[in-house]
Amino acid sequence: MPEKYHIKTQPVPPRRPRLGKYGVVDWREDCARCHNCVKKACVYDRYRQEADYIRNLKDVDALFFDCMGCFSCVQDCTKGLLCMSINPEYMKMGNSYWTPDIIKTTWLQAETAKIPVSGAGYRGPFSGKGFDSMWTDMSEIVRPTRDGIHGREYISTSVDIGRKPSYLTFNGDAVPAAAKQGLVSIPMPLIIDLTSPAHTLPQLNPLIIQTAVNTGLIAIIDSRQWDGKEDNLENIAFYIGPDSPVVAKETLKKTRLIELADNINVIDRISQIKKIHPDIVIAIRVELTAAGVERAIKLGGLEEVEVIHVVSDANGNELGEAKPRFIKDMVRQIHTALIENGHRDEITLMAGGGIALPEHMAKAIICGADLITINLPLMISMECHLCNSCKPGMTCPAKLEKIDFNYGVGRMTNLIAAWHDQLIEVMGAMGMREARRLRGDVGRAMFFENLEEDTFGKLFGTRKQD
Amino acid sequence: MASFSAQENRINEILPENTLKTLVPQEQVERVVRPAPSRYRNEIAKYIVHRNLNCKLCGKCVKVCSYNVHVLKPGYKYFAEPKNHLCIGPSCEKSGHFCVSQCPQKALQVTENPMYKALGDYRWTADLILATWKMAETGEVPPKEYDYNYQCGNSGGGFDKLRFKFPDKPRAQLDESQIDTSISLNKRNDGRPEIKIDVPWYGGGMSFGSVSNVTQLSKARAAVAWNTFTCTGEGGYMERMRPYDDHVITQVATGLFGVREETIQRVPIVEFKYAQGAKPGLGGHLLGDKNTPAVAKMREAVLGISLFSPFPFHSVYSIEDHQKHIDWIKHVNRRALISTKVSTPTDVDMVAVGSYSAGTHIVHIDGGYGGTGAAPDIAKKNIAMPIEYAIGKVHKFLSDEGVRDKVTLISSGGIRSAHDVAKAIALGADGVVIGTSEMVALGCVRCSRCESGRGCPRGIATTDPELSAKMSIEWGTQRLINLYSAWRKELVRILQQLGLRSVHDLRGRTDLLMHLDYTNDMGAKK
Repeated sequence: MPEKYHIKTQPVPPRRPRLGKYGVVDWREDCARCHNCVKKACVYDRYRQEADYIRNLKDVDALFFDCMGCFSCVQDCTKGLLCMSINPEYMKMGNSYWTPDIIKTTWLQAETAKIPVSGAGYRGPFSGKGFDSMWTDMSEIVRPTRDGIHGREYISTSVDIGRKPSYLTFNGDAVPAAAKQGLVSIPMPLIIDLTSPAHTLPQLNPLIIQTAVNTGLIAIIDSRQWDGKEDNLENIAFYIGPDSPVVAKETLKKTRLIELADNINVIDRISQIKKIHPDIVIAIRVELTAAGVERAIKLGGLEEVEVIHVVSDANGNELGEAKPRFIKDMVRQIHTALIENGHRDEITLMAGGGIALPEHMAKAIICGADLITINLPLMISMECHLCNSCKPGMTCPAKLEKIDFNYGVGRMTNLIAAWHDQLIEVMGAMGMREARRLRGDVGRAMFFENLEEDTFGKLFGTRKQD
Repeated sequence: MASFSAQENRINEILPENTLKTLVPQEQVERVVRPAPSRYRNEIAKYIVHRNLNCKLCGKCVKVCSYNVHVLKPGYKYFAEPKNHLCIGPSCEKSGHFCVSQCPQKALQVTENPMYKALGDYRWTADLILATWKMAETGEVPPKEYDYNYQCGNSGGGFDKLRFKFPDKPRAQLDESQIDTSISLNKRNDGRPEIKIDVPWYGGGMSFGSVSNVTQLSKARAAVAWNTFTCTGEGGYMERMRPYDDHVITQVATGLFGVREETIQRVPIVEFKYAQGAKPGLGGHLLGDKNTPAVAKMREAVLGISLFSPFPFHSVYSIEDHQKHIDWIKHVNRRALISTKVSTPTDVDMVAVGSYSAGTHIVHIDGGYGGTGAAPDIAKKNIAMPIEYAIGKVHKFLSDEGVRDKVTLISSGGIRSAHDVAKAIALGADGVVIGTSEMVALGCVRCSRCESGRGCPRGIATTDPELSAKMSIEWGTQRLINLYSAWRKELVRILQQLGLRSVHDLRGRTDLLMHLDYTNDMGAKK
């Protein structure tokens, strides 16, 4: 059995007070000073904590909002003065895709490295758009594996990047010959992608690279922003923009993976790089514009291409379209086309954009990606609110430009560890033992439109258009 | 009304002599609706009444209001706090008894309570929570004028989009007494007891550990009153449950916590829990803080450590293995019916038929949106299909295989109201299991904090002695009896409107349903 993949974590508390969903506000003046709320009703002791917080406040940075929303103090108040409300600051975070709840759960995971657990069942909508329109399968009485979640049987989340040999070849002494080309294996189907232009802070790169080192993963770093330190080249994949020169030969020879922006000369550049370092794995970054899907399918048929990295916008949408397709559907389309064209096993498909939660990782893989790439969740892990204030001249409330090294690395590492554990939960439920085998296994998922048609379509006619 | 008791079914005559039966005298609980008001000082209201300084204390509002919102106690100069939870809001204006318009000083104002938005969620809206509280308090559905939507939630799919097609005039005018809401749990005709329950639902498994013993006992006593069942969950069998043995389902789950032959022999139904809707594909979770000395003793576990049940049963990898499990229980308890609780994977229909062939009496499918206990958030919404899809699929497959009338199909996972019960049955289930509804009736606000620390701040899903003491067994029992009463009355009204004599006649009647997102014109589609 291979050595078990484990990410070392430790709690990394937030730098700022938690921005919770609920707040309790005084309704009117008439408090009896009975201290019912403080001493009895609040089992979380939040009133006392709030008082301590205010007492020790050095400057007004944020208010204290950590109410758990149990209504106990509201309902037990001797004079009925208390009222709970939803914190408007909380609701202002993020956007319709990166909801406040997503941001909050990301913070929690970055702090604790734990899987978020709660009671009282599911609270959300029946289904939704994008990844919320599919469910992963599980198996119970008849299943192939034992319990992998608590270590009773190993679940491998490793994936390979690059061209796998389609058959084994042997030397004269019956020993399998080594693969002709390099193959990069990483312990989890996740790569740290370039930060979005809004969050591009060169000082974050060392933190991101160290996170990649801690987790055994790879970070894609823009070659123009690289600081020249060659300590961890195993964990760096340089991104070479359309107009950027390829990194120095000696540096190139020490890396395992490199990513090229898609352009008309990309095949020539691949040849150029392969001449310097034949074993390097080269990914082509394809933006999912209107022509992106077709371009990815076309690239998949070229002998020189081994990895395609398709990237949508941050919300998982097709770029520049009024009625955009979602990343999961585009990945499915590319995956299916590659199968039909007979190229699927020759190509590694990486997908990025709109991956906001760990279930999106599993679902994107089920839809056909070999692995996913993320960047925004890592920014959020460092307490980014997605407030869109990150423009020149504006102040970042999360002070991302002043992040302490250990804090940033710790939070990002914790988040990735929590995502890994959750991937294992989902795979364990499915009875899957290998992330590699999850790729494109749509039989291990249920899609809203199919379930609706099979169930209600047969009973109630045609579904009205949304 | 049909009923089950050990005497009526003559178990001693049916079963071999060596079968053990509970020797503990069984306690009776009256099926009587009594007021069970909120145990909190301040009730959460949909509307609030504001009184400004113009008030001259004339008391007209007290006389005008038919709902006793305004309180001027004899001997007091000033008004007491208005009973906002009794106010029906601006709709009162139509009645001619609207305090706001009748106040000579224009000192009153009625507004929607801003706190209302902080209560509830998509599945359990604030309306649904407050309406459930009203039902638990009074035993009746809330009067129309309160304008609570207690029929469904706001999840945007499934039950929340299904409606009954009530005819303008029902086929038959039926009196309440003519309508049978009982269901049979043993359809195998295998010599085991013909257990009937008076309402088409029973209480879901919630272990001691996940909930307090007060909660468990309240559920059990309500089950006795309504001649139905409650379930121990997988945390063992409390000795204090023994006076209710005849209405208890004991669970054999993957952790086997507290499972002994003796506990299996106490009860009329034993349930194998393969999976659960709250966390399909994962074992039970009891986080360390809730593993108190009493819980650890019951579960024969180490105090304070988190208890994660394995998944799946490590002795079951096929239907044949499942059959061995069932045979084992059937041998240990010769009078017990067997229930098999599974979640809702793609092949749930195959699992159901396989389970029937293995000898189960009840196939219990638990959908992915249910659950009351601790569960990883990732499992709650992403794994396994919602129950609305699974019911029809299983019902059809059992029918196609010719065994539909030989097995009882029970569904759970998001049943929140009598209307959900009726919809589940119309989709093809025989009955349902409820859990969260019972918790809400006991005062749950769905803050989702039941899993860790001292547990539920409302004293329901906790083993902390101080928090558990927030609720008494008598109050809890009465709340649940009242809820069941309100639900049954509503279910009877639905059957009356549909002109159906029994809940059994509703089973699989999808022709009585419509879906708001569909054209509902199957003819056109064909």
